[in-house]
Amino acid sequence: MSRDIPVGRGEPSPDENGKLERAWGTPPGLVGWLSSIDHKVIGYRFIVTAMAFFAAGGILAALMRLQLAVPENSLIGPDLYNQIFTMHGTTMMFLFAVPVMQAMGVYLVPLMVGTRNIAFPRLNAYAYWIYLFGGLMIYTAFALDIGPDAGWFSYPPLAGPEFSPGKRVDFWAQLITFTEVSGLLTSIVLITTILKLRAPGMTLDRMPLFVWAILVTSFMIMFAMPAIMFASTGLITDRLVGTHFYNPAEGGDAMLWQHLFWFFGHPEVYIIFIPALGFISSIIATFARRPVFGYPVLVLSMIATGFLGFGLWVHHMFATDAPELGKSFFTAASMIIAIPTALQIFCWITTLWNGRLNFRVPLLFVLAFFFILVIGGLTGIMLASGPLDLQVHDTYFVVAHLHYVLIGGAVFPLFGAFYYWFPKITGRMLNERLGRWNFWLFFIGFNVTFFPMHHLGLYGMPRRVYTYPANVGWSDLNAVATLGAVVIAVSMLLFLVNVIRSYRSGARSPHDPWSAPTLEWATASPPPVYNFARIPIVASREPLWGPSGIVGRVDGLSMDPPENLVTCVLDAAPDHRSVYPRPGIWPFLSAVATTVLFVGSIFTPWAIVWGAVPVAIALTAWFWPGKDEIDEHLALERKP
Amino acid sequence: MSRPQEQVVDATQLPSYAFGNRSLMWWGTFGMMAIEGMVFALACIVYFYVRTRVDEWPPDALPPELVWGTANTLLMLLSLVPNEWTKRAAEAEDLPKVRIGMWICVGFGTAFLLLRTLEFTALNVRWDTNAYGSAVWMLLALHTIHVATDFWDTTVLAVLMMQDRIEGKRYVDVSENGMYWYFVVLAWLPIYAIIYFGARVH
Amino acid sequence: MSARLNFASSVLAALSGVAYGAPFQNALLPAGVQADHVHTLWLIMLGTCTVVFIALFTAFVAALWRAPRSTEETPPQTSRTTGTERGATRAVALGAALSIAGLLGLLVASVVTDRALAGLPLKDGLVIEVNGQQWWWQVTYAPGDPSRTFETANELHIPVGRPVLLKLQSPDVIHSFWVPNLAPKKDLIPGRTLTLTLRADTPGVYRGQCAEFCGYQHAKMAFLVIAEEPAQYEQWAQSQHDSAKEPADAVRKRGRQVFMESPCVMCHAIQGTRANARTGPDLTHVASRMTLAAGTLPNTRGHLAGWITNPQQVKPGANMPAVTLPADDLQALLTYLESLK
Ligand code: HEA
Ligand code: HEA
Ligand code: HEC
Ligand code: CUA
Ligand SMILES: [Cu+2]
Repeated sequence: MSRDIPVGRGEPSPDENGKLERAWGTPPGLVGWLSSIDHKVIGYRFIVTAMAFFAAGGILAALMRLQLAVPENSLIGPDLYNQIFTMHGTTMMFLFAVPVMQAMGVYLVPLMVGTRNIAFPRLNAYAYWIYLFGGLMIYTAFALDIGPDAGWFSYPPLAGPEFSPGKRVDFWAQLITFTEVSGLLTSIVLITTILKLRAPGMTLDRMPLFVWAILVTSFMIMFAMPAIMFASTGLITDRLVGTHFYNPAEGGDAMLWQHLFWFFGHPEVYIIFIPALGFISSIIATFARRPVFGYPVLVLSMIATGFLGFGLWVHHMFATDAPELGKSFFTAASMIIAIPTALQIFCWITTLWNGRLNFRVPLLFVLAFFFILVIGGLTGIMLASGPLDLQVHDTYFVVAHLHYVLIGGAVFPLFGAFYYWFPKITGRMLNERLGRWNFWLFFIGFNVTFFPMHHLGLYGMPRRVYTYPANVGWSDLNAVATLGAVVIAVSMLLFLVNVIRSYRSGARSPHDPWSAPTLEWATASPPPVYNFARIPIVASREPLWGPSGIVGRVDGLSMDPPENLVTCVLDAAPDHRSVYPRPGIWPFLSAVATTVLFVGSIFTPWAIVWGAVPVAIALTAWFWPGKDEIDEHLALERKP
Repeated sequence: MSRPQEQVVDATQLPSYAFGNRSLMWWGTFGMMAIEGMVFALACIVYFYVRTRVDEWPPDALPPELVWGTANTLLMLLSLVPNEWTKRAAEAEDLPKVRIGMWICVGFGTAFLLLRTLEFTALNVRWDTNAYGSAVWMLLALHTIHVATDFWDTTVLAVLMMQDRIEGKRYVDVSENGMYWYFVVLAWLPIYAIIYFGARVH
Repeated sequence: MSARLNFASSVLAALSGVAYGAPFQNALLPAGVQADHVHTLWLIMLGTCTVVFIALFTAFVAALWRAPRSTEETPPQTSRTTGTERGATRAVALGAALSIAGLLGLLVASVVTDRALAGLPLKDGLVIEVNGQQWWWQVTYAPGDPSRTFETANELHIPVGRPVLLKLQSPDVIHSFWVPNLAPKKDLIPGRTLTLTLRADTPGVYRGQCAEFCGYQHAKMAFLVIAEEPAQYEQWAQSQHDSAKEPADAVRKRGRQVFMESPCVMCHAIQGTRANARTGPDLTHVASRMTLAAGTLPNTRGHLAGWITNPQQVKPGANMPAVTLPADDLQALLTYLESLK
């Protein structure tokens, strides 16, 4: 393989490059920093923020493990413990897992599909700021001892006005609003990017599997998240203005919340899982030195999972009075969803079988998936069985299941993805030796922590207990689990060290250190602000493998003002040009205004009214074009 | 390394904007409509869910009075005419017509909001009376938020279209605004039926 | 035994179906027909899933083993060079077929178990109403039958071999009733009545615990189910049905007076006295119970004293305030309460 940057023959002159830099780049200074709308800058911040929340959630987990290490421990009392486990679950699900997957999409998708920037870049920046402010709000509340304490699914009536007075649950419900607004907008941005900004020639069946994964995930978000938004709005109006959605005394119903929550909550777990499937496909292809076997099977499996994921929600509610027949239906549906997962696993194993394997760290993390996720999936099948679930529901067996699938199915592949794409993002390699230590400690620590929890559940230990008596036989296994958590923490520290050291002084990375097949490796590491000086024309699924992958380039897009190429949905034929906005402060200011509205409404419903004024002003200013801008655009205009 | 003959696409030959689902705007608007449509659908389902939980319907209340809601519905249906007219004018890039159409739409939007205020007074139930009241108010409030934002969008766009230099892609914005208007009106029909007749049909 | 050894033995124990945790709160040691059905299902699930896991893992390790090694420099195979790969297609199809068969088998096992659970005959069953509340259990026997009904708390006695129908309700938030040795769990949902059926087949004391997070003291919302021979049960039921005995001596009389004059009377009932509040547990036979405060403390005089003088230390957040009493009043009260057998 040649090591020159493949996209760029017929390169622009240094002068043109300078123009491109100016048009797409982030201006200097603090205001400039806040104004950036480059998907790489936003994506990078998104990833770093999500990882900071992961560390926070992980530290909370470590505290829980310390409290549970011995019976009748008095380290953490019930009040704080309830806040901690709620913050842990909420952080991991809403502030880490979903955002980090979308963040990887924001960074990688435009590079993978060969475009210069994401669609609606200002909306993308706005979504990031909303997410950041929401997270800061909830952690501020937690620091002030008004952190939420009703669990990550906050069932009313416990979370309702009568049994959770005070502001704790209001902050939780409003955090949901923040993360949903962010998540929904990001999914619109990603869907539009994937469908409309692919490089010419990248027909749907040539799209990288990771891009497919993000596409499916984004559609799932669009149909799942409205349910939780509606649910949490109902909760907050119940709490603040006296509506009765969940109040059985006035014709409302506690079960209504559960239906709405899990109609979102179940798809949510696949929203976390499917992007990880995309990481796995990318990494296996590169390190098995061959395309993944069964591309159509993998694509269809992801789509099938996306659809089926909406038909399982009642399996979280077997212990309620849902009708028996309905329960059997949901048992069957939950088992059916194992089939697309199984198909994908079989395809990957086949790929490994017929591949030539390069055991670098990214591959190690992905291989752990085959051990951990399979165990988690099998316990999922057990939970799907109504009668068996009724024994282990709401016990540590479920805690074991959820960490096996979430960490094995999403976090391990995510770490693989970090090792894999770190060179692209920073231009430096992560250290391989530290990486191996990181991996093995994580793998061992993980199993030591969570495997015993299966037994704890069967031995009768409920989840969400701040302590337990000494005579019920749970002490030893809890001690083991805590020991394992310490090992995980050490491995995470090694990761942190690795990232910091490599970022400062790691080995420089060439543009394509792994000799990988997809377009993001066709540009420099780190990529220039405009991604591609010349948008490539591709002719295969692995454009960088083999001489006939990239067959041409797009000329004539304006350098300054910034312009991007829009293509057709199915066949990615060039369709029109689109002038892009320049960086601007309004997305940031709009997010600030929105935050004032959301946080204010926790304290008075009138905030929705007066808070709407600055929001409307900011959004209008954002939309309003400058005089010079209009002239620039008119100069480039060509009617359809 | 030798490569086959490079294909070159000359982007200067491509248009700088496009209407309908060729445009990015269409996809953005479509995404918003999908999300908001989902929210409306859930709000309707919640109304019927609440209904299964009580024996008498509507509980402790008279059904909402029909007059304002029906008037608003008729007005909304009527507004589809200028809306479509404006949308076509935009796609033909006929600026004078677009200007007139936009302002007519702004006028309709104002009327919707006024009538909507009256609708709230005619529901015969408060949001905090019982879960039925909560469901009805939620439905109406959700839709009102859309009417209000659409009103604001339309007004801003109408002012923008009064400038003397108009970019071509603004016509795309007007056209997408028209599509969104359709959504707001069409989404109202089932909500109208549920609020006003859900409490009458047994 | 070191923790590690314990861990290893627990893995072995679980795989062989023998339990390691305490015998009185354990889903793997069924003592009643309902738990037994689920235990059988568990063994089927565990067996099938173990086979699936071993098969899949073997294929996975074999793949890693046999595939040649490479580096970044190794030229990649591409879509065009890999061809159709018949063998691979067949392997994936075979795997899919086997998975579908396995899942179908598990679905059948699950549905059959569901049927078996629903099929417990309830003829001459015992009806008990359980009200879960923050954070204790109010238990009413023979609800609606004034001649036989009585109330107790945090402790159920049931006759071995006789089916029991539990009516589960909650006046506040959602709780969940779970005695793993006897039956799978069921939620208590405000505004609804759910039912759970069980039958104990082996006499014994089984611990249960609230399984749905219900706030502050969810961790300390336990209860006991005492399964005994029918004759013994009848004796117990009779004694519970009786009102509290008249205090036999002056100290106890004084104790009752203290009770009636302090805030206790505002929340608790003692049948046969004017105390009939229902905010807290019925204390008519409190001394006959094995634990205090929903399984939090063993029922001894010392713990009772500690509980009455400072419930918030024993169970922070519990809905019972500390009551300060002069020392001899307290002693009298304790003596009185201890006599409520
Ligand atoms: C990434 C996240 C993720 C994933 C992928 C899954 C995957 C699955 N989950 Fe899980 N689940 C969670 C995250 C996830 N889950 C979380 C977070 C909770 C708890 C929420 C809370 O209460 O806090 C939960 C809880 C949960 C419950 C509710 C438990 C309870 O509260 O009582 C159930 C019940 O049915 C369930 C089932 C399943 C099933 C059937 C799958 C399937 O998709 C698994 C499919 C995969 C396989 C089965 C393995 C490979 C298949 C084969 C090799 C084929 C052959 C197999 C056989 C023949 C058996 N999950
Ligand atoms: C993606 C999701 C995710 C992830 C990654 C984790 C990770 C971990 N989880 Fe969590 N967990 C959930 C999602 C997740 N969890 C959910 C949804 C619940 C349910 C909540 C509810 O019931 O409402 C839950 C509940 C839950 C419980 C049950 C609480 C209860 O019911 O009372 C426990 C108990 O042990 C636990 C432990 C852990 C541990 C030890 C980790 C570890 O893997 C964490 C490892 C990470 C770190 C340690 C941080 C990184 C560290 C650094 C950057 C270095 C610095 C750190 C130190 C020096 C400590 N989790
Ligand atoms: C404001 C209400 C209230 C008052 C006053 C009150 N209690 Fe209680 N009591 C409760 C509640 C509620 C519980 C259950 C607490 C729990 O387990 O979480 C309880 C539990 C108990 C128990 C344990 C019962 C069992 O079976 O576990 C005893 C004994 C008891 N109270 C005695 C007393 C005495 C004696 C007094 C007065 C000195 C008193 N209580 C005053 C509400 C009250
Ligand atoms: Cu009651 Cu938990
Ligand atoms: Cu689920």
